[in-house]
Amino acid sequence: MAILGKVEREVLLDPLFNNNPIALQILGICSALAVTTKMSTAIVMSLGVTAVTAGSSFAISLIRNNIPPSIRIIVQLSIIASLVILVDQILKAYLFDISKQLSVFVGLIITNCMVMRRAEAYAMQNGPVLSFLDRVGNGLGYSLVLMLTAFIRELFGSGSLFGFVILKSVNDGGWYVPNGLMLLSPGAFFLIGTFIWILRTWKPTQMESE
Amino acid sequence: MQYSTKYIFLFAAAICLVCSLLIAIPAVALRARQEENRQLDQKKAVIMAARLVKPEERLDRDKVAEVFKNIEAHVVDLATGDTIDMNPDEYDFNDVEKSMLEESPIQVQEIPKKVKVYHVRKEGKVDMIVLPIFGKGLWSTLWGFFALDVDTTTVEGITYYQHGETPGLGGEVDNPKWKSRWPGRKAFDESWNVEIDVIKGAAGPPASDPHRVDGLSGATITGRGVARMLQFWLGDQGFGPYLKKFREQSARSQ
Repeated sequence: MAILGKVEREVLLDPLFNNNPIALQILGICSALAVTTKMSTAIVMSLGVTAVTAGSSFAISLIRNNIPPSIRIIVQLSIIASLVILVDQILKAYLFDISKQLSVFVGLIITNCMVMRRAEAYAMQNGPVLSFLDRVGNGLGYSLVLMLTAFIRELFGSGSLFGFVILKSVNDGGWYVPNGLMLLSPGAFFLIGTFIWILRTWKPTQMESE
Repeated sequence: MQYSTKYIFLFAAAICLVCSLLIAIPAVALRARQEENRQLDQKKAVIMAARLVKPEERLDRDKVAEVFKNIEAHVVDLATGDTIDMNPDEYDFNDVEKSMLEESPIQVQEIPKKVKVYHVRKEGKVDMIVLPIFGKGLWSTLWGFFALDVDTTTVEGITYYQHGETPGLGGEVDNPKWKSRWPGRKAFDESWNVEIDVIKGAAGPPASDPHRVDGLSGATITGRGVARMLQFWLGDQGFGPYLKKFREQSARSQ
């Protein structure tokens, strides 16, 4: 981390716990519910979101002083949408099985509030390197929550991790009775809610004032 | 800073150009690979449905090619049941003429008029027929293959290659354990009425309970979708005419 100054480090690491996009900003919840039934899909989704959000922030920040304010939102959207299509095409070519499972959710990265919000709020004001790091950090924060959620959901919902059987379920002749709630969206809601609770107990400054 | 209208238009045009290039170049460059993936995925599903490899065996490109030496594809006209003289490699589901159903038990209105079926050969003779099936489950349309013995009624296997059912519930249609409940069941009764069904709860062994298959707990609607889709595809609007001709032909050749 020596190559990074204090500001850069803060921008990169803050979103992990202090300013987590899902836990504090409550952004990107929709995909966090949808793709976290399995570790493998969650990890690919995390990488996809991080790549799109970092790439788009970098690109937008590069041309931020040339974007006419009257069309800035549509310009940002075009760049984000192009990157999302790019990610989708690459997944279809190189990770076909996973792209099948992610189905529409890759395309829906476009509407992931977190990508658009940061492009508008941060990349339009800051330089490309900082914007890029800011987004990688936020991508990591998003990934962290996704990974944790997927870990618990896959382990208790299907008794496996990355598809490898850990707890042999009764359906396959084992002893473990899978928790069906974990596989449904409400299960993810409870988990993410619990994360937020723990995080805010640990860092009380994150609590909203009454 | 004030921007002139001309600048705004030029800027927008430049962004469009750059973005379209960004999309177009990889899309063209990767198309062949994506198409290959799609076809490989379908071939894998055919092999899985016919249970030509063990479920835990890894199916890579070479293995698929090797197994497919004994599988041949035919394009079939659904209404007449005749095999059409058409190169099966050129068959493209999206381009095929569709017929619209007023009422569709599988909740998909558009049904292709021509369909690609597979014959699995063993020692030179046709040993199995693998039929494509699709229909609605709970959330999504399930796409898969259904394999029948040459007697056209004994089930050899079933596999879905694409669906969006809830993982762990409806998604258990992919569970090898559940799929192993199918082989040996009879799709038709003695007078060739489609009898195959997915029930709630457990069905008996194939010998005493030939037409019923265990449902998936927590996935009643997906199970119902699977049953309806089989009843539809094996019936008169589906492969009924084709299977009838197939039986007549094999009776003649004996």
